[in-house]
Amino acid sequence: MLSTVVFWIAAALAVAGAIGVVVTENPVHTALSLVLTMLALGVLFLLLHAEFLAVVEVLVYAGAVMVLFLFVVTLLMAGVKPPKEEHRLRLAYQTLIAGLFGLILFVLVLHGMASAGWMSTLAGPSAGTFGTIASFGTALFTQYLLPFELTAVVLLIAVIGVVVLAREQS
Amino acid sequence: MVPIAYYLVLSAVLFVIGTVGVLARRNPLQMFMSIELMWNAVNLSFVAFARQYVDMAGHIFVFLVITVAAAEVAIGLAIIVMVFRRREHVDVDDLSLMKG
Repeated sequence: MLSTVVFWIAAALAVAGAIGVVVTENPVHTALSLVLTMLALGVLFLLLHAEFLAVVEVLVYAGAVMVLFLFVVTLLMAGVKPPKEEHRLRLAYQTLIAGLFGLILFVLVLHGMASAGWMSTLAGPSAGTFGTIASFGTALFTQYLLPFELTAVVLLIAVIGVVVLAREQS
Repeated sequence: MVPIAYYLVLSAVLFVIGTVGVLARRNPLQMFMSIELMWNAVNLSFVAFARQYVDMAGHIFVFLVITVAAAEVAIGLAIIVMVFRRREHVDVDDLSLMKG
């Protein structure tokens, strides 16, 4: 029963943070709302026996990635006026239309889940040693070693790309 | 224990909120953060399915997604800084150079 209570609290915090991402005007507040959502998702990962991913979510996402965002916000937003309210290129009723499309998407996703039979899915089988950091490491370094090595190439390409992009054009 | 369907519905809610954020916001950084929200929503459903089928493959995939997302954030933010460095307003509607 405790896990149900924790789930509802974390889910409410996650949705509150997500709504904060969409409605806040100040980009710093947006970033902090996103951090709230990620911390709540870390709790949910723990409930789902994903110990290592819960740590990674908090360290990498809520830590490193959001700090990067805040750096760019302070770099880019210093002395910048907020977007003009009546912009000549702005689509009329943009927020309303976005909400409408979001509602349609939500109904479609729920319909897809229901027709796939997932809505009636009950709790999974007992976990045992599933999801411990040891079992994650064993899977990562034996069966999934090649994808793990390839992520190193992805990160290398990203680093080179950022250096090329950020270099001062002469 | 909480049924897996609850996690899937929560994931769908977060994903839709992120989509609305991308569609409704005009600040590139806030659109980007909404995309991050969508990544996280999908990660949640991956972990939920991994728990349901007791399979570590879902965890490995989320790990790879987080890695790629970190690379995407680094490159995306570099592009945003480069494009908007000399502009008075930070608004994606100003990027109309390729408009026919």
